[in-house]
Amino acid sequence: MADKIATREAYGNALAELGDKYDFVVLDADLAAATKTGVFKKKFPERFFDCGIAEGNMMSVAAGLAAAGKVVFASSFAMFAAGRAYEQVRNCIGYPHLNVKVGATHAGITVGEDGATHQCLEDFALMRAIPGMTVINPADAVEARAAVEAAINFVGPVYMRFGRYAVPVINDKENYKFEIGKGVNMVDGKDVTFVATGMLVSMAMDAAKVLANEGISARVINIATIKPIDKDIILDAARSTGAIVAAEEHSIIGGLGSAVSEVVCEGCPVPVVRLGIEDKFGHSGKVPPLLEMYGLTVENLVAKAKAAIALKK
Amino acid sequence: MEQEKLNRLKQTAAQIRLDILEEVHAASSGHPGGSLSIADIITYLYFEEMNVDPANPKMDGRDRFVLSKGHTAPALYAALAEKGFFSRDELKKLRQVDSFLQGHPDMKGTPGVDMSTGSLGLGFSAACGMALAAKIDGKDYRTYTIVGDGESEEGQIWEAAMFASHYKLDNLCVIFDWNGLQIDGPVAEVMNPTPHDSKLEAFGFHVISIDGHDFDAIEAAFAEAKTVKGKPTAIIAKTVKGKGVSFMENQVGWHGSAPNDEQYAQAVAEIKATM
Repeated sequence: MADKIATREAYGNALAELGDKYDFVVLDADLAAATKTGVFKKKFPERFFDCGIAEGNMMSVAAGLAAAGKVVFASSFAMFAAGRAYEQVRNCIGYPHLNVKVGATHAGITVGEDGATHQCLEDFALMRAIPGMTVINPADAVEARAAVEAAINFVGPVYMRFGRYAVPVINDKENYKFEIGKGVNMVDGKDVTFVATGMLVSMAMDAAKVLANEGISARVINIATIKPIDKDIILDAARSTGAIVAAEEHSIIGGLGSAVSEVVCEGCPVPVVRLGIEDKFGHSGKVPPLLEMYGLTVENLVAKAKAAIALKK
Repeated sequence: MEQEKLNRLKQTAAQIRLDILEEVHAASSGHPGGSLSIADIITYLYFEEMNVDPANPKMDGRDRFVLSKGHTAPALYAALAEKGFFSRDELKKLRQVDSFLQGHPDMKGTPGVDMSTGSLGLGFSAACGMALAAKIDGKDYRTYTIVGDGESEEGQIWEAAMFASHYKLDNLCVIFDWNGLQIDGPVAEVMNPTPHDSKLEAFGFHVISIDGHDFDAIEAAFAEAKTVKGKPTAIIAKTVKGKGVSFMENQVGWHGSAPNDEQYAQAVAEIKATM
């Protein structure tokens, strides 16, 4: 059984670790304990600035800091970073293409008990529609740490999504190389491809094992960079497996499923079945029953794979 | 101030007013009223107050300016052109597809623009970020921002005020352009955000109220702001919307409409008569 670590933990630890190596500042909006930027704050108090519960102001302040030459991480829950402060992220950070890294934690349904008002299921849709915005959603703690360093070294705005819920570590810390815009083949297969992001990657790997037992060969691709998306790896999967399941902890509208559909429709039309939150708001609850309730399960991945294969001509 | 300096500033401000009129007339679009109301303040900022270099718009350590009320970009562009950041010929191309002079300021495209603004309520916060950056880096440059009176109905203006005070941004000077009018009518009738002086004092600002068309008062206010330590300064500048053009003054209709040829000729004649 693999270790389980929430990507927000890896985010906070990465900031604190990389603070020695790189010169950047971190902003938060009264959620440092939850977003884990508090780990950085403890080590580098002079480079941490709490903005209070005023996320719009925080994003615009981040833009001003970046315009004056700073590398800035601005953190809050995804609901407030991508939702509340959407326009500030678009107009102050996106339009002038400033060097701000939005660290959005507590994304998706796995926020759990806090319920629908805090479960942001639309952030990929919002953020990837902003011209020039890079959108990253790490699948595990290893990838989250690597993505933070990649974002520091990348000049321009980046939206990074992290989760509250502990998820399996699927990448090898010693050998893992993260490259913005590159998908990774996690499992090879020829009958169908899971194009997954975030916690759905490890679930898709489990689903591939179930399918293998039934004689179905499923490929699993980890798409950590939602934008710019790795068209080559997706089109190769479309050509060689002929059916795709896009899987994400996000609304089926506007997120990875939409992005994959766009790539496949324009480059190599084959069936694409989307697995995500089905145009609904979230709900309070413990994470495992919530995942069941919203269909983010290995069983549903298996069913969607079969549905995609059935749609092949 | 000395008469010669005053005359020079008045001449520059008049030229900036002519430029504003030329821009919006050529574009048949834009916001003359609020551009004319800040013409004197922006003249003082660019020709007396701020340390900027037209030959090196991104100069390290330069003073920063954020036009939070970004729709009055014609005034900023006029000041930048007169200062030499780009050719005056560009002003005729305001809001055209072949120009870098966007309807609202674009820091990526226009030399001398420090922050992209225009969506109201955001620029003040960005100015706070710049002022904080100076503090972090131990640099002594100052950051200036002009906020509209109507703009101060945006909640984020008060988030920014809270932030500026909390982080003791005494290197930040916010100017409220109090021309009293917004698109839907008098600010006091649309949604009254007053009193600004006591509100800003309550937020922890050093507040100075002036006539925004009096260069002596403008100079004194900026000088006073530099002496204030441990808190940001707000200058509440009482101005006249459409200042300098008789038929535009205090007329809400000139917030966002351009003069026709006849009106333009009259406006130019009125400004030139003062030069």
